[in-house]
Amino acid sequence: MTSTDTRTSQGIGQSAPRPDGTLKVTGEFAYSSDLWLEDMVWGVTLRSPHPAARIRSIDLGPALAMPGVLAVLTHEDVPGEKHHGLELRDQPVLAVDRVRYQGEPVALVAADHPERARRAAAAIVVDYEVTEAVTDARRAAFDPACPKVGERGNILRHQPVRVGSVFEAPVVVTGEYEVGMQDQAFLGPESGLAVPAEDGGVDLYVATQWLHVDRDQIAPCLGLPAEKVRVSLAGVGGAFGAREDLSMQVHACLLALRTGRPVKMVYNREESFFGHVHRHPAWMRYEHGATRDGRLIYVKAEILLDGGAYCSSSPAVVGNAASLGAGPYEVGNVEIDAYGVYTNNPPCGAMRGFGAVQACFAYESQMDRLAEACGLSPVELRIRNAVSQGSRLITGQLIDSPAPLAGMLAELEAFPLPAASDGDLRELPGGVAQTTHGEGVRRGVGYGVGIKNICFSEGFDDYSTARVRLELAGGEPHVLVHTAAAEVGQGLVTVQAQVARTELGVERVTVAPADTTVGSAGSSSASRQSYVTGGAVKTACEAVRERLAELAAAHPGLTTTALLQRFGPVEETREYRHRPTFPMDPSTGQGDSHTQLALCVHRAVVDVDVELGLVKVVELAAVQDVGKVLNLLALEGQIHGGSAQGLGLALMEEVLVADGRLRNPSFTDYLIPTILDMPPMKVSILENPDPAAPYGLRGAGEPPTLSTTPAVVAAVRAATGRALSRVPIRPEHIALT
Amino acid sequence: MHEITLTVNGVVRQARVPARRLLSDCLRHDLGLTGTHVGCEHGVCGCCTILLDGEPVRSCLTFAVTVDGREITTVEGLAGPDGALSPVQRAFAECHGLQCGFCTPGFLCTATALLRENPAPTEEEVLEGISGNLCRCTGYQNIVKSVHRAAELIAEEP
Ligand code: FES
Ligand code: FES
Repeated sequence: MTSTDTRTSQGIGQSAPRPDGTLKVTGEFAYSSDLWLEDMVWGVTLRSPHPAARIRSIDLGPALAMPGVLAVLTHEDVPGEKHHGLELRDQPVLAVDRVRYQGEPVALVAADHPERARRAAAAIVVDYEVTEAVTDARRAAFDPACPKVGERGNILRHQPVRVGSVFEAPVVVTGEYEVGMQDQAFLGPESGLAVPAEDGGVDLYVATQWLHVDRDQIAPCLGLPAEKVRVSLAGVGGAFGAREDLSMQVHACLLALRTGRPVKMVYNREESFFGHVHRHPAWMRYEHGATRDGRLIYVKAEILLDGGAYCSSSPAVVGNAASLGAGPYEVGNVEIDAYGVYTNNPPCGAMRGFGAVQACFAYESQMDRLAEACGLSPVELRIRNAVSQGSRLITGQLIDSPAPLAGMLAELEAFPLPAASDGDLRELPGGVAQTTHGEGVRRGVGYGVGIKNICFSEGFDDYSTARVRLELAGGEPHVLVHTAAAEVGQGLVTVQAQVARTELGVERVTVAPADTTVGSAGSSSASRQSYVTGGAVKTACEAVRERLAELAAAHPGLTTTALLQRFGPVEETREYRHRPTFPMDPSTGQGDSHTQLALCVHRAVVDVDVELGLVKVVELAAVQDVGKVLNLLALEGQIHGGSAQGLGLALMEEVLVADGRLRNPSFTDYLIPTILDMPPMKVSILENPDPAAPYGLRGAGEPPTLSTTPAVVAAVRAATGRALSRVPIRPEHIALT
Repeated sequence: MHEITLTVNGVVRQARVPARRLLSDCLRHDLGLTGTHVGCEHGVCGCCTILLDGEPVRSCLTFAVTVDGREITTVEGLAGPDGALSPVQRAFAECHGLQCGFCTPGFLCTATALLRENPAPTEEEVLEGISGNLCRCTGYQNIVKSVHRAAELIAEEP
């Protein structure tokens, strides 16, 4: 009871089952879209059809006259702040006098039936004066004649990295790379229920990634003090970054406060594509210089990220792209410029691996070109340049915990290769469509390496809060863990319970629903929750243990149960912070901007029908260092899922935008991998502890998403001989170029 | 409006619905069975899969009036009458065949029908059998394991 040695069967390191697993297989788990109150009404959003326009007037009359309509709101009805935003409050709750992207919310309707609400929204007459849409990120950034998208200049952040002065080398490779706009494509749509409260405040039940930052944006818009806006987590159907920004939160609250009725809002799939940020598309120019034996001398890069109409988390995305822009390689001379740019394209923000994913595709493509130029194998070239503990990042930051990249690559390369196709036509590219009998099918193998910062960087005060209560329930010890940390599917509820079991030696642990009645847990993003909320639960448990030890010392001979019986529950609340980070120098990029770094390496084996341009990924293999395995099955699930999203970016996933307009906002046209696209995976997990982190763990959710994409593309290049400098690869890039 | 009678999870239910009411909305809104999820509204994701007279069907592509008089099983009806999880449900929970779980009801219904038809499917048959359902979280590996594990559990049943 008083030491961490107590063994419980479902503690840290065990593949404990998910506490929400049973509810999720019986259909009882309440997702935000399932919430229901007898007297609730339905809210819908009217969105701009134009990527850029001035609003001359809005006529609500026809909507207000329709039966069942209870409220119709515009920006004039926003009582407080008219703008919100994660890093910069530049996004209007409802468009004020201009719209800056297609799909921008303009007006809201509440009605007694969703269909009536939709019809009423369609009846609102908005008089738009269409203006020139800025849709080319390069022009937005560098053409002085280009119109300004917002109030500020079009460059929302420029982060240079400058190291050394040698920019000549015997071997030089250059490349231009492009990453398309990816969608998080969680399956559970944006939704929630806002309930007006008697104190004039509002209770919001919503699927989100960060309850407190939602509240801190919602309350000022409503003109309410924070304590009158209580936010509780409803069941989340996936997130991947797309729920970090607000979607319907303020809207539902506004309608609830106006109508005095609970208001439910649920986006459909099409609206979901307009209702959340996407992964920044990127255009990248790279130049690598090396010795003839493949040792990097310099890296130069320009990384241009299209942030769309509003800021969202673009500054952090730019910071990651810049600081990790040369990858996990030792290089003494660096000239990188990363830009985030405003355009009238859809706003972009967080998606698994934000900023690091885009750069990874480019620097890994470059490493393959360099390997070829030096006559080395891709693995050998990477090993020659790999960072290790004691290396410095290009920001000057010392890598002060294990980073065994060379060993990981060697292990990966030694995995046996899958057998050649056995002649089953369904196994070939094209699958059951049987588009080939094997003629024109070539096999390729490729490698990819990724490095991702874990937790929030660049000086952000990043912490989590946990309240832990040890009590008697039915005469037996029981632990209640309460945090505001969002379970989005990743398994954080499981990990919190495992930590409590390990620390307190009590089997029975309940994780209370997440809400804002406990301190902030920060966001379920940046692979940070096991680290930060895990750390908070651990610290609070330690405090409970200490209190108990004091009681035990004062009352020798009493068991824990007897102590709890006599003195009541023991409860402690603690905040946990990781080591501080520091801003990047604005002109050199130098600084200890990250608290932890994580590595993953992938090998992809593909079969390509070079005549039809079809790709079948035959196998993905990965080696990842996670510091400490908390829950093996859940961890493997993260690696599999992250790899699938990286494969999607390589081969199929792209939000198509033409002239600022979305062309494919549906799952018929935006494709995500099915089980037939996703090959079997081999995964090897290393545990080299990071002494600074709880249990030595390393965040694990994002790194596999980085390294999969370049590995798949490298394999397709190996099979086809094509340069393939953009993702996703389309069949015509293989068959028609 | 149309009066329809459905046998849902063994219980006779009645609803008054407009002709264009989707079965998914009828189940979720009219009958309060929110375990059937809607992820795309047009037949791609498979989240809304239910069993219609034992056959997997996308409830978002089905008008409620067209199934008047038929027998429907939703995820809420997969467990035994005593609440004991079915082998397929147990396997998904045990093998971490879910993360966010939004896709899970569709996979459970699809796999239940698959294993009823074919209690010992090969690897290919499992892949093909569930290839019409999307999952964004798991990368499918643990879902495949869950289906095989469910087949084992069914085989072990007395
Ligand atoms: S909701 Fe029916 S298939 Fe997606
Ligand atoms: S578990 Fe989230 S979509 Fe499958």
